[in-house]
Amino acid sequence: MRRVVVSGIGVICGLGRNREEFQAGLREGRCGIGPITTTDCLDLRFRNGAEVKCFDPNDHFSPKEADMIDRFAQFALVAAREAVLQSGIEWTRDLRENAAIVTGSCVGGQSTENQGFWDVYKMGKPRVHPMTIPKTMANAGASAISQEFGITGPAFTISTACSSSAHAIGQAFSMVRSGMSDVAITGGSEAPFSYGILKAWEAMRVISPTLCRPFSKDRNGMILGEGAAMLVIESLDHALARGAKPVAEIAGFGMSSDAHHITQPSAEGAAKAVRMALKDAGIGPGEIGYINAHGTGTTVNDTTETCALHLAFGDHARRLAISSTKAMHGHTLGAAGAIESAATILALSTGILPPTIHFNERDPECDLDYIPNCPRRADIEYALSNSFAFGGLNAVLALRRI
Amino acid sequence: MPDLMQTDDLTPRVLRIIAETQRKDPSQVTIDSSFEELGIDSMDGINIIFALENEFNINVPDDDVKSIRSVRDVVEGVIRLVELSKAVGGAQSGAPGESAPAAS
Repeated sequence: MRRVVVSGIGVICGLGRNREEFQAGLREGRCGIGPITTTDCLDLRFRNGAEVKCFDPNDHFSPKEADMIDRFAQFALVAAREAVLQSGIEWTRDLRENAAIVTGSCVGGQSTENQGFWDVYKMGKPRVHPMTIPKTMANAGASAISQEFGITGPAFTISTACSSSAHAIGQAFSMVRSGMSDVAITGGSEAPFSYGILKAWEAMRVISPTLCRPFSKDRNGMILGEGAAMLVIESLDHALARGAKPVAEIAGFGMSSDAHHITQPSAEGAAKAVRMALKDAGIGPGEIGYINAHGTGTTVNDTTETCALHLAFGDHARRLAISSTKAMHGHTLGAAGAIESAATILALSTGILPPTIHFNERDPECDLDYIPNCPRRADIEYALSNSFAFGGLNAVLALRRI
Repeated sequence: MPDLMQTDDLTPRVLRIIAETQRKDPSQVTIDSSFEELGIDSMDGINIIFALENEFNINVPDDDVKSIRSVRDVVEGVIRLVELSKAVGGAQSGAPGESAPAAS
């Protein structure tokens, strides 16, 4: 099997509109969360979200192009362009035919769908916009990327709620590792701010009325976020042959399903995905130095994830540096695995671990080292990025510094 | 709007709604049942609260939901909120989607 490296990263989210801003935000422990502005939240029990600040599609697309794709697909394309630019890939005919695109999204272009339903149900209009279907489909980001670069190889989208883009990266990793494709663009995007969806999240009673405080005793829920991250991944040989400078290696990928409950997580299921990732990477628990946790900031997730890390790492759990960057960029659902993998890679390559901000108080049930509030210098070779979805579908990526 | 004057009458209505949402025989749900006995988990609890909010035209705060462990907790909570709603002069508003525009 071939070694697989990451040679380009693109990010757009509440913490930064590009990789550089995102990296600076992580390093400073900045909070990208604030009052939601793109949707009226007046009758909601929460007000805050991690929106992409000052996003003007006209900065990135012609008006006609912008009309054709929903905000979530726009984010996918913006991130893909940045990742491709960093990778330095030159699209030869052979490479276009061979390259893969695997994206993740949980809700796709639902704000477009929301608008169409609003028009017919609320406004009594006789018709919805004819682009509603193609703008809503979850694969619109993958399709936009393929058109942008003229890539004609395998392209598809994975939707597994909050694990979507971790599963997508894991799938692309498998395809490059096996030799099916030499190069892949992979990651995820999400733009979940519209009234109907926010009401549905309100009804689940898992959104914080204030801030996201992962692992802190006074945590009171998650904060939604939007954005995208895309990676250019390729076989190590392919990268070296074209003189590219890889930024990290994807060492392994682990998956599991809880077979337990539609919303309540299982520590055993999460621990299994961690163990599978370590096994796939061919490393022992003691070699992991940092974990970018799923860390949503709900009472149940954070205690269950802590329990899972105890199960998977035993005594080494107490020596792990763990943080949830969701306190900074929110829970971006189908983009979370990709944005957090990008954060993990940047942590490995810069030697600065992002903190868990808004951490106020230790919880006896969350008894590990969560890098509270202040970033930390650390020289780490291997790290994990955890994603645990509603429906009990778990995905863990093992990443290695190069 | 349903007549909410007699809070004594609320108990059987709450029991009925719990039984209906959980697809249980009404005889199984008593004022003394714990959620554990009825096999009601946290997501079930949230579904029950949703049905009660609609039935009694009340809004249950998130913090109240976290402390509910039994049928009695639910009944007492509903009675308190219905009384409160009467005291402030009628049911709370909150019909979804009446005031907020869709995202652009």
